[in-house]
Amino acid sequence: MAFFNFRLQPKNELEKGGRTAAPVQSDASEPEKKCPNCHKETPISELAGNLNVCTCGYHFRMNSRQRISYLVDKGSFEELFADVDYSNPIDFPGYNEKIESAKSLSKEKEGVICGTAKVGGEECCIFAMEPYFMMGSMGTAVGEKITSLFEYATEHKMSVVGFTVSGGARMQEGLFSLLQMAKTSGAVKRHSDAGLFYLTVLTDPTTGGVTASFAMEGDIIIAEPSATVGFAGARVIEQTTKKALPKGFQTSEFLMKHGFVDAIVSRPKQRTVIRHLLKIHDRREKA
Amino acid sequence: MKTEAYDKVRTARSNSRPTSMDYIHHIFDVFFELHGDRKFADDGAVVGGIGILNELPVTVVSIEKGRSVKERMARSFGAPQPEGYRKALRLMKQAEKFGRPVICLIDTSGAFCGIGAEERGQGQAIADNLMEMMTLKTPVISVFVGEGGSGGALALAVADRVWMLENAVYSVISPEGCASILWKDSSKASEAAEVLKLTAEDSYDNGLIEKVISEGDIGEEAFYDRLKWELIWELEKLREKPLDQLLEERYQKFRKVGEPVQNNGQ
Ligand SMILES: [Zn+2]
Repeated sequence: MAFFNFRLQPKNELEKGGRTAAPVQSDASEPEKKCPNCHKETPISELAGNLNVCTCGYHFRMNSRQRISYLVDKGSFEELFADVDYSNPIDFPGYNEKIESAKSLSKEKEGVICGTAKVGGEECCIFAMEPYFMMGSMGTAVGEKITSLFEYATEHKMSVVGFTVSGGARMQEGLFSLLQMAKTSGAVKRHSDAGLFYLTVLTDPTTGGVTASFAMEGDIIIAEPSATVGFAGARVIEQTTKKALPKGFQTSEFLMKHGFVDAIVSRPKQRTVIRHLLKIHDRREKA
Repeated sequence: MKTEAYDKVRTARSNSRPTSMDYIHHIFDVFFELHGDRKFADDGAVVGGIGILNELPVTVVSIEKGRSVKERMARSFGAPQPEGYRKALRLMKQAEKFGRPVICLIDTSGAFCGIGAEERGQGQAIADNLMEMMTLKTPVISVFVGEGGSGGALALAVADRVWMLENAVYSVISPEGCASILWKDSSKASEAAEVLKLTAEDSYDNGLIEKVISEGDIGEEAFYDRLKWELIWELEKLREKPLDQLLEERYQKFRKVGEPVQNNGQ
C-alpha cells in the first residue's frame, strides 16, 4: 500500500507545482559558495536552481523569502503583519545600531516573515524565520508576528506551516524577549485546542528559546537533514560538562533517534510532504 | 564596576538565603512530597507535592537548589532536567483535575545544561509546560524567591500572578553570559546585570510582574507570614473568578507583552 509516496522525483514535482525559479537574493558578495561538507564550489545561481542544496546533499542556509518562494505556489504568498517593527524596550546599549545593520544585511524588517499561501493548491498560514536578521533571534517583534499569525489561523480555521531558524531569545530585549516564549506558546495552544494543524519544519540552526517554545510545539515536527537543533549551545555544554560530545550531537538525526522529530525531509521533498499533510489536516470544509 | 543590579544577583544567589524548601516548610501547615515524572526519573531539582495553606489544599511545585554540598549536588544546584519539568507538569495537571490551585516557587540559574538533558528533550519539556500552563484550569501563582534564569525559570512562571521577592532576579540570560557575548568578557557581569533590567523593581516597572514582596524590613518569621498571607488573599480572589475569565486574563497578560505602539504591562 502506498501511503504517500515521498520518493516522487523532485524535478517532476517542481514542474507540477508551477513554481518559478526562486529569485536569487544573494546573501554574500561572492559568486560561488563552497560546500562545508564536500568542499565543492558551486555558483550561487546554480545552487539557487537546486533549492540551495549541494550535489552532495548538503543544505545551505536560505533566507526567508527564498524559502517561501521555493515552497509555495507562484504568486500565492500574501504577507501579513509586515509593519510590525522592533522595539528597544529596555534601552539596551548598541541595540538600535545592531538592528539597523541587520536590516541592511537581510533587507528584512525583522527576524520572521508571515503570511498566507498555497502549497500545491492547499491554503495555509506560513512563517519563515530569517537567518540573516540577527540569526532569527526572537524579540518582541518576532513574538508578536508569530502570535498574530496563530491567532489569524485560529480565526480562519487554517493550518500553520512554520520554518524555524533561530539563535534563541534576543538578549537585547531582556525579559520582554523571554516572555515571547510564553506568548507564542499561548497562541499555539489556542490554535491546537481549536483542532487545527501546525507543522513545524526545523532548519539549521534552531536553538534556545525558540526550541523551548513554538519549534517543539508542532503536531508534526519535521527537520531538514543535518540541521543543528537543541536547547543549550553545544559549546556551552562541552565547557560545563567537560565531556566530549557524542558524534552528531544535536543534529536532526540525533533528535529523531531520541524521539523528538517525526521525520527528516530533505528540501526537494518538502513541498510534496507539506502539501499532503496540509490536505489531510484541512479542517475548513468540515466546519 | 559594582552595580546595584549585580548586588541583587549576588544576594539572589547567596548560599545563606532561604531556599524553596524553607518557604514550603514555613508557609504550609502540612506538606506531602510527591516524586517522579512517571516517565523516566525523579529530578531532585524540582520539589513538588500537596500543601495545606490555611486549610486549603494546594499543589506546590518548586525549584530547589539545596543546602549542604551533598544535597546541592543531588539537586543539580537547582538546574532541572527535562524530567523535572515533566514532574512539574504532571503535578500541575493533577492539581487541575482535583481543582487545587498551584503555587510555584522559582529559584534556578536555568535549565540543566548537559548531554542527557538534550537527549531527553530539554527544549520540548519546557515548551510543553509553557503551552499547558497557559490553559491550566486552576489558579496559578508563581513566586521568584531567588534566581530566575531564562527559559528554565519561565517553564514554571506562566501564571495568573507572577511575584518576585525584593532581592530575586529574573533574566533572559545570566549577566555573565550576556557580558561574554556582548563584550567577550564575563568579568563585566556587573555592567551586564545593569543593562539587562533583571531586578524585581525593573520587572515591576516594566509591567512584567504583578507584585514585589519586600524582604529584610521585618524579621524572618514575620516575613514568611507576610508571603503566606499574600498567597492566601490572592488565591481567594483568583478562586472567585469564573474559569473562562481567569484563563482569558492569563492569556491576555502574556499576549500584550511587547505589543507594538502601546504601553508595556497593565
Ligand atoms: Zn557538498
